Amino acid sequence: MNDFTLIRKNLFRKKMRAILLIFSIMIAFLIFGALGAFYSVWTSGSSSAADNRLVTVNRINFTVSMPFAYWGRVEGVEGVTNVSHASWFGGYYQEPANFVQTFAVDPESWLAVYSELTMPDEQRAAFFNTRDCLLVGADLATQYGWSVGDRIPLLSNIWQKQDGTSSWDFEVCAVFDAEDDTLPTNYAMFHYEYYNEALAFNRDNIGWMVLTTIDAAQNDRIMREIDSLFANSPAETETSTEAAFNEAFAAQFGNIALILLFVVGAAFMTILMIVGTTMVMAINERTKEIGVMKTLGFPAPRIFRMVLIESILLSLVGGLLGLGLATLAVAGSAAAMAAFLPGLSMPPLVLSIGLALAIGLGFITGIIPAINAQRVTIVTALGKL
Amino acid sequence: MTDLYQLTDLSKGYTRGREAITIFEQLTMSIQEGDFIAIMGPSGSGKTTLLNLLGGIDRPSSGSVDCQGVRIDKLSQGKLAKWRAANVGFIFQFYNLMPTLNAAQNVELPLLLTNLSGKARKERVATALDIVGLADRARHSPRQMSGGQQQRVAIARAIVADPKVLLCDEPTGDLDRKSADEILETLQLLNKDLGKTIIMVTHDPSAAKYARRELHLDKGRFVEAAELAQ
Repeated sequence: MNDFTLIRKNLFRKKMRAILLIFSIMIAFLIFGALGAFYSVWTSGSSSAADNRLVTVNRINFTVSMPFAYWGRVEGVEGVTNVSHASWFGGYYQEPANFVQTFAVDPESWLAVYSELTMPDEQRAAFFNTRDCLLVGADLATQYGWSVGDRIPLLSNIWQKQDGTSSWDFEVCAVFDAEDDTLPTNYAMFHYEYYNEALAFNRDNIGWMVLTTIDAAQNDRIMREIDSLFANSPAETETSTEAAFNEAFAAQFGNIALILLFVVGAAFMTILMIVGTTMVMAINERTKEIGVMKTLGFPAPRIFRMVLIESILLSLVGGLLGLGLATLAVAGSAAAMAAFLPGLSMPPLVLSIGLALAIGLGFITGIIPAINAQRVTIVTALGKL
Repeated sequence: MTDLYQLTDLSKGYTRGREAITIFEQLTMSIQEGDFIAIMGPSGSGKTTLLNLLGGIDRPSSGSVDCQGVRIDKLSQGKLAKWRAANVGFIFQFYNLMPTLNAAQNVELPLLLTNLSGKARKERVATALDIVGLADRARHSPRQMSGGQQQRVAIARAIVADPKVLLCDEPTGDLDRKSADEILETLQLLNKDLGKTIIMVTHDPSAAKYARRELHLDKGRFVEAAELAQ
């Protein structure tokens, strides 16, 4: 037997109470872990954004298109090295549940702007030269089992063709990967011309432009110049860095950080109060035993330590269970959410923060009972004068 | 026999609100090594307070408590805890065993404060339980034992670290006569065979008869037997 035996036995002296407390803490950390993993994926775009890459969107909203002619005008801005454009297609494969993120792009300029996208040279050439080519990301190809040469019909809820149909036929002629494993490859691209020529409406418009600058230090000037080009026009623009654009895109899901803060904060405060009150009550119930231990010669600091460790242990057990469950839940849902949240996994940073929070929670809830246990005199504890 | 304790001009009081209450004043006495003393007296006479002062779990208002040259009333809390662990075994009226631990673990508790190895601790625990006749109940929890058996576990816990003195606060107060006699016989055995100094607070005159001498505390002073008879 050692001090840890005593701590463990005290922790589980009322099994139902301990289980319920651990369960409450576990739920809080399950929420924290799951939301942390989602938040990490949502914000990963900004961390992978290049410093010298800018995005120009319609000033009203990035979902509102702008004239195709803008592309050529931006090319002429001093300091712009490459500029491309994209239009949101969306689409699904066979049934609406099989959502496929798809964009209509200008192939050559797009791959010039996104030089980190890699593929064999012959596939790159095929993408440039095949009008109905679908350039598929490696993760997306894996998800649906597509390979080069496959013919894929994608259906759109938005974009109708002039013949009245909404089915767009493509040939998978290239599969791209990314230099950095953290970059998403769960989407597909095809020729803007193929799309624009067949469109029943909204022709000669583009969704947004992406451009690279000669030097990130010139970004501010270039952004101002681009937006001034289209000032007072029916489609004014707003240019920002790619990182800022990605964050704005993530913000369409709501202010994730704020939601995370509120949900986890509320859960933690509630649990803090529950666990704190319960720990105070649990130690009060044991005041006499603490008095006996002091009588036997256990020094006050050792008793302080034991009570604090008991509280931290309780929090750690619940916290680790919660983080473990969150990791399993995230791993289990990663495949199903690959189309929306590629690379969904439990980041080590979230686990580390969770672990630190568990220790912190245990410390905060245990410190007052530990101080009480340390301070109580033997005579008081034993209920004697 | 040499003196184990020397109490000099010992006073103890406390305040309740604005009222100052004196428990005893200017108490002077000595307790010899190997003695078995029963301290008797009415409720509120200060018996338990005296026991607390002897055990170093309370401090006097004035005066001194000397135990073999150590002024325990002057020791810091930390040193006092160490001194208690090494020198004193406590036996309480309501046993005060840890409900989450079995008999052997309860007895082992004071040994966690020593540098003994796990094996040596187990041997000591087995010996202590054997002395109180509970070797076969080592794995039983306090809930599975009678009051008498729990008190014997408490005695084993009090003697396992081999202290010089056992301080017993109404050790038979919660027991039936038969169990009480068994406990008192055990204490007598510890006094006679192992030389433990025993100071026992009791209300029970038949329990006091097991002691070598009786001290009657009343209104803060020791009362002689003759005075008591009047």
